[in-house]
Amino acid sequence: MCVASRKRLRGWTCFRTLSAVSTASTAMSFEWPWQYNFPPFFTLQPNVDTRQKQLAAWCSLALSYCRHHKLYTLDVMEAQESPVFNNKKIERKLSIEAIQVVFEELRKKGNLEWLDKNKSRCLVMWRRPEEWGKLIYQWVSKNGMVNSVFTLYELSNGDDTEGEDFHGLEEWMLLRSLQALQTEGKAEIITMDDGKGVKFF
Amino acid sequence: MDRFSWTNSRTELNETYVIEQRGVRLYDGDEKAKLNVGTAFLTTHRLIWGDIKYEDSCLAFPLSQIIFIEEQAGGRGKSAKIVIHLHPAPENKEPGPYNNSKYSYIKLSFKEHGQIEFYRRLTEEMTLKRWENTPISKPISTGTGSQGGRTRAVGIVGIERKIEEKRKELDKNISEAFEDLSQLMVKAKEMVELSRSIANKIKDKQGDITEDETVRFKSYLLSMGIANPVTRETHGSGTHYHLQLSKQLGDMLQAPLELLSPEDLVNACKMFESLKLPLRLRVFDSGVMVVQLQSHSEEEMIASALDNVSEKGSLTAEEFAKLLGLSVLLSKERLLLAEKMGHLCRDDSVEGLRFYPNLF
Repeated sequence: MCVASRKRLRGWTCFRTLSAVSTASTAMSFEWPWQYNFPPFFTLQPNVDTRQKQLAAWCSLALSYCRHHKLYTLDVMEAQESPVFNNKKIERKLSIEAIQVVFEELRKKGNLEWLDKNKSRCLVMWRRPEEWGKLIYQWVSKNGMVNSVFTLYELSNGDDTEGEDFHGLEEWMLLRSLQALQTEGKAEIITMDDGKGVKFF
Repeated sequence: MDRFSWTNSRTELNETYVIEQRGVRLYDGDEKAKLNVGTAFLTTHRLIWGDIKYEDSCLAFPLSQIIFIEEQAGGRGKSAKIVIHLHPAPENKEPGPYNNSKYSYIKLSFKEHGQIEFYRRLTEEMTLKRWENTPISKPISTGTGSQGGRTRAVGIVGIERKIEEKRKELDKNISEAFEDLSQLMVKAKEMVELSRSIANKIKDKQGDITEDETVRFKSYLLSMGIANPVTRETHGSGTHYHLQLSKQLGDMLQAPLELLSPEDLVNACKMFESLKLPLRLRVFDSGVMVVQLQSHSEEEMIASALDNVSEKGSLTAEEFAKLLGLSVLLSKERLLLAEKMGHLCRDDSVEGLRFYPNLF
């Protein structure tokens, strides 16, 4: 289980999970929104309008929490015990059903993808592949590197990209982002001897 | 299903309607009858079933044909049913939809509920056997448009006649109820004893039961009409209040009656508006009906609910009831109404159901 280090060994990816997060390891502590300490936030509201606002707040909270801790997958069972859905201070937590509703909202918005048919694990895209693709391309063109070829590793872990938002991006996500660019005709994914690479146009 | 005969839906002389229920499908034994979903009518003499579209082609059989009836509870995807076991059809039975059937029972399937009340009324009619006292003037008429023995009443005359019929029926119901009073009294005595023993148990166990539960139970007792020193303190209302209220209602209705059935009360309350009285019957989403002053507008109720909840931060239905001196049932309805309008939101946890101002 990998924790603090974001540098990866070549060809070996590690999924950070909720249970692996220790808040002490993150530089800035996470700021909870006001709803987090409002008990009704943890009860799925029957009033339709109220529920819409509630779910919007939950989606936003879930995504920003994952973004803050650089989480890319969630396990539903673990989620119920994680601080984001379980506020021990006010002794309230979201029920499994409510968590499923929140996840379904995220899925509809394109921020979540189920990894299994039982809907027990999912990928969280607090930035969607298109958004990542845009960032990567911006960096590429800003540095005049259009028409160059990169290995995936160079992009996500090279010294040149240190400090960029997409530095440390997990390979599956990077691949999807590049696929999005490929669809737009801005890149082409190529297979090389020891892995994949990409050429930008 | 071969016990049914064709008829029109009009009642004969001396026959009166008891109850009707929409959304009923007939079964020949266990098989669905090849008919649409229709309305079942129970009269003092017969069980009639009809498709509203075809008023003149109804089916009926006399209640005297019934051997016994059973209830069949509904379930997943299945409606509740009443099973009616019947004597074989008599030789001189008028023609009906089925010439023969291998079953000696039919079923009524209640697609729009109503089974419980219908069953209760049917059982009652079978106990009272009113058809024996006042036989219908002629056998069930065949389903052509006309009927012998009674002129069809249309227009105002028809309406007036219907009102007169209803009044006669009401009178008859009440006088029959009084005749059977001895049986009623026995039942009532049992009820009162039971409630009294429960009330005493509460009083003794005061220390063990939480206040929350006690308040709730007391309100149940009150709604059952048990005037008990235990409840009177908590709620402040009691027999005196009810006495005043019923006196007023009695005056209003100008009825020389000593007993008022719940249906009559509700129907009387529905007339408040047309009688230009400052009272209204209000029905909540849950079906709860209350009588309230006309001035008691919805906005006022919601605004005051919001004020109270905001002031205290949050409230449960029981706390709200205590605050306003209302029944728990009524205060919960108000909170739910305020939630429906988006002014309150709920916190549902192991600690109970609590309402907060809607800060979302």
